[in-house]
Amino acid sequence: MPGEEGDVEMPPLSPSLTGPGLAATHSDASAVIALQEIRRVYDLGEVQVQALKGVSLEIPRGQFVALMGASGSGKSTLLNILGCLDRPTSGIYRLDGVDVSTFSPAQRADIRNRKIGFIFQSFNLLPRTSVWENVEAPMLYSGVLKAERGRRIEAALNVVGIPEKAKALPNQLSGGQQQRVAVARALVNQPAILLADEPTGNLDSATSEEIMRFLQRLNREKGITLVMVTHEHDIAAYASRALHLKDGHLLSDEMNPSSHEQA
Amino acid sequence: MSIWVILKIALKALNRNKIRSILTMLGIIIGVGAVIAMVSLGAGAQRQVQEEIAAMGTNTLQVWSGSMRSFGTRGGSGTMNTLTAEDFEAMLTECPAVKAVSPSASTMSQVVFGNQNWSSRVEGYNEQLPDLRNWKVIKGSFFDASHVKTAARVAVLGQTVMNELFSGSDPIGQTIRIKNLPFQVIGVLDKKGYNAWGRDQDDVIVTPYTTVQKKFQSGVLYVQSGIVGAASARATYAAQEQITELLRQRHKLTPVQDNDFTVRNLSEIAEAADATNRIMTGLLASIAAVSLLVGGIGIMNIMLVAVSERTREIGIRMAIGARPGHVRIQFLSESIVLCTMGGILGLALGVGSAIGISQLMGWPTLVSPNSILISLVFSAAIGIFFGYYPAHKAAAMDPIDALRYE
Repeated sequence: MPGEEGDVEMPPLSPSLTGPGLAATHSDASAVIALQEIRRVYDLGEVQVQALKGVSLEIPRGQFVALMGASGSGKSTLLNILGCLDRPTSGIYRLDGVDVSTFSPAQRADIRNRKIGFIFQSFNLLPRTSVWENVEAPMLYSGVLKAERGRRIEAALNVVGIPEKAKALPNQLSGGQQQRVAVARALVNQPAILLADEPTGNLDSATSEEIMRFLQRLNREKGITLVMVTHEHDIAAYASRALHLKDGHLLSDEMNPSSHEQA
Repeated sequence: MSIWVILKIALKALNRNKIRSILTMLGIIIGVGAVIAMVSLGAGAQRQVQEEIAAMGTNTLQVWSGSMRSFGTRGGSGTMNTLTAEDFEAMLTECPAVKAVSPSASTMSQVVFGNQNWSSRVEGYNEQLPDLRNWKVIKGSFFDASHVKTAARVAVLGQTVMNELFSGSDPIGQTIRIKNLPFQVIGVLDKKGYNAWGRDQDDVIVTPYTTVQKKFQSGVLYVQSGIVGAASARATYAAQEQITELLRQRHKLTPVQDNDFTVRNLSEIAEAADATNRIMTGLLASIAAVSLLVGGIGIMNIMLVAVSERTREIGIRMAIGARPGHVRIQFLSESIVLCTMGGILGLALGVGSAIGISQLMGWPTLVSPNSILISLVFSAAIGIFFGYYPAHKAAAMDPIDALRYE
């Protein structure tokens, strides 16, 4: 990664404990995400690249966090670690009270299945597979019984507002509708957090606004914790808190008091 | 994940690339079909040989008198008169592995009934022939010991002779003339068909061997050959040894002298025929197995293509909670389903061509339940063997790289 500063570490900036208006509610017990000195080093043979140089932060349940930073800042690496797709080289990651930083690939798969819902820039629905089956897929891996699966799929499609599209194939849907299916799939196993990676990156501005309002409502009304990676400030503005990463460090951590008015 | 869900996903994935799935399956279909057809052909041929051997009498040995030697020139078996009827009686009493014996004598002759005539072999045996050669009398009866003792002029007809001379009318009690001597027909033998060397075994007239000796061989006392029945198929080798020892004793042969007789074990012939057959079947089946192997490589090839094509799907599935094991079983089940379906279709093709071959070429075929089971298990095993590497490759993918794959 470019812009490396050598081995000298900058102290982590303003952990969320000191964030405005939230200090009282923050504790280990209520934090759904707690990172301590998370480092991630990529070993590329001759050179070692430090993508994360000791990130510590806490995200309380029910918060909507925007993760920002230029490319190469380490925000994708952080999102991969938060999503248990990757594990830190060192440091401790507690998700919903469980230390997942040393989990095996199979254990991480189970954690992703039960605790994390992913929303991707390019939707990542299973191609040539109906909406119903796309939403059903996570439950197949967690062994939910068929009747319960059907009940949950219907509920999730109702939440995202497209119950009539159950039989449709992804390529018959608009971008906004596809992203709603992705959200339904992310919600269906009642995860602890939703991770969104540039969720509006492939959408036009009108649809982007629609999806962002929808995510915001999901966060407000259902109390779902949301962590969203974005590089656009107007998208980040929907979140109640913004974390800025630069060169593998947490640069700033700001609350966004105006996010309420955007709804 | 239940097995039904896994199968459903596999079938759906295969259904998306119908043409490709069918083409891939074709390798297995042809392979399994060829193996089944070849094994069926081999088993049919083996069954035929076994039936012929059984018809000859599985426990039988042939004893021939020795060869004539004059100034270094040797005749064939039976050219020297070294065996007597007493030799055969001694075999029965002295060799524990011997259960029945019959001296034999034969001649070719014109046979006449009314205005019909036919040329056939006249074979003389004693009353134990039906047991020895496993040959039933279907009409009338066989001659008994007293007929043999008195060299009675009685005849038991083979099916071919009966048809030629009597063409439908009842031969029992009729008199036929063999070399101008009247013989009374007392029985008809069951149909035996052609033997492995193409001789019509039913073109025969059986009489007491004493009658042949006295009436057609000017009263000779020696016996050219005879057949011996061992107590069981396994006892044939013991019988062979015991007979050899007994005859050497009776003929007062010194250890340096060669046998003046030959003992032929029909089991040996059966085993040789069986072995030839098995080698041929094995050869054909292994050629067929090579096509199965090629089919398996085709499966592996297409599964590798499928895995790299569906890298993104693998990434998505991993992100939403598929363990490496789930991904592995998903791809493995696809190749197993592909191979098993190919196996079932190949089975149909193989059985179909086996039936076709026996109809068109007249070769006997035998589709054994074993070969069906083995080919199905084998094709599933090919699915596992050739599907494992691609499935493992899919399972070992890093979800981050897989999601980023375009």
